[in-house]
Amino acid sequence: MWSLRDKYAIAGIGWTDFSKKSGRTVRSLASEACLKAIADAGLEAADIDGVISFHFNDSAPAMAVATELGLDNAGYAVDYLSGGNAANLITLAATAAIEAGLARNVLCFRAMNGRSGFRLGGGRDLSAHGITQYTAPFGWITYPQAMAMWCRRHIIKYGTAPEQLGEIAVTFRENATRNPRAMQRQPITMADYLDSRMIVEPFRMLDICLETDGACAVLITGTERARDMKKKPVYIMGGAYGGGPDQGEDLFDAIRWPDQSHNFAKYIADDLWRSAGVTQRDVDFAEIYDCFTYSVIMALEGLGFCKEGEGGAYVQGGRIARGGELPLNTAGGLLSEGYIHGLNHVIEAVQQLRGEAGPRQVPDARIGLTTAGAMTCGSAMILRN
Amino acid sequence: MTYAKPLPVPDPESAPFWEGTRRHKLLIQQCGNCGRNRFPPTTFCSHCRSDAVRWLEASGRGKVFSWIVVRHPVPKDVYASDVPYVVAIIELDEGVRIVSNIVECDPSDVRAETPVRVIFRDVTDSVTLPLFVPASS
Repeated sequence: MWSLRDKYAIAGIGWTDFSKKSGRTVRSLASEACLKAIADAGLEAADIDGVISFHFNDSAPAMAVATELGLDNAGYAVDYLSGGNAANLITLAATAAIEAGLARNVLCFRAMNGRSGFRLGGGRDLSAHGITQYTAPFGWITYPQAMAMWCRRHIIKYGTAPEQLGEIAVTFRENATRNPRAMQRQPITMADYLDSRMIVEPFRMLDICLETDGACAVLITGTERARDMKKKPVYIMGGAYGGGPDQGEDLFDAIRWPDQSHNFAKYIADDLWRSAGVTQRDVDFAEIYDCFTYSVIMALEGLGFCKEGEGGAYVQGGRIARGGELPLNTAGGLLSEGYIHGLNHVIEAVQQLRGEAGPRQVPDARIGLTTAGAMTCGSAMILRN
Repeated sequence: MTYAKPLPVPDPESAPFWEGTRRHKLLIQQCGNCGRNRFPPTTFCSHCRSDAVRWLEASGRGKVFSWIVVRHPVPKDVYASDVPYVVAIIELDEGVRIVSNIVECDPSDVRAETPVRVIFRDVTDSVTLPLFVPASS
């Protein structure tokens, strides 16, 4: 269990434009985001001694960015071969590295040309070797197809309705209208959602997140150092990483998972809340990994905001809207802001806790939650100002 | 005409399975030590860690555990003529799950727990895929 409550903080954040065609190398995007995070913290290149990233070989390695930016002291450079589950894992890993004395100021980034370059959505590699030999030959090859199979389980067990998934899509889009970073800012109605094209039943087009070129970076350091930096620190109160049994080799191999009506969240919930010393009621807002509308429901249920099976009802009635009981994905999320593999959720959480969110600010936000990952394993953090 | 869809590439663990489909038999592994059935094939049993293994011919019968209906073809050129098609996770009577297509059936007729049975489709000279049809057909 992560047990470094309030010892580490996020001292700097940086991001690039989110676009469909950056016209730049991924390394260039990563470097820009990192430079901005360093400047945001009021530090210099020489202060950085660690860099961590996660990717599927679709990004710049940590050491490539350190080299481009002349981070000559960044001897601690680590790349996690990981997907969206790692967006909070790398920040927690940074705290562990600092605690172990391996580094003092660590940059964490994710960068991708997720739209103009390697597209994570899948379906372009038609090989069927290794574990995919049991799934790809049947035309089960894209991420939306994988998660739609999971969503169906929730519908089978609990009768989750399209209008409930639609509430998530509509609410997050509404949030995005106030976010200058967001790629999709045109409001949508429930009718727009229900009329949107069926892609892979039960998923419509608007159940599926964006594909984005862009990068995000956050800078992690000790709390005492953070207090002397340029911005008010955002403290890491709690965090957890993990998953359940029978995870398989990849997302298509998770057919042995006990039941796809739930995900990793229920397995890490106890550790998460215990590590932070707070409960669901204390959380003022949450940025939940929303590669699809459905992943939000599983996270809410798994983390105990509502009972298993009740996620669909929970998101209705304005509860998750900006003025609601638990504002969710206040920047628009991966569905409407952009898909930087979940690290943009951490950016937004920090802005909310600093009071820098402008028109989308949640009043008096003191504690925020970020989650990362949609299926068998994932990570989460609880932050405070 | 070249078969454009993904074709399985057998490996030392999976070769018996694909050889079985060629002979129109659905083979799954059974641990030679604790008797637990498993799919996909592996070398070690996740229950008792033994590497003793038997290959069992499954009855080919099972039920729909979950399913999707693919309506947007990806990639377009390969799947355009197949959509809408059903991909399902099927729980076999032997207690393991397998992914396949449900064919000879209108996608709107698929339900949870729909009983299904295996058929074999020789898609190339060297590859046969196990597909499923409603057991009632």
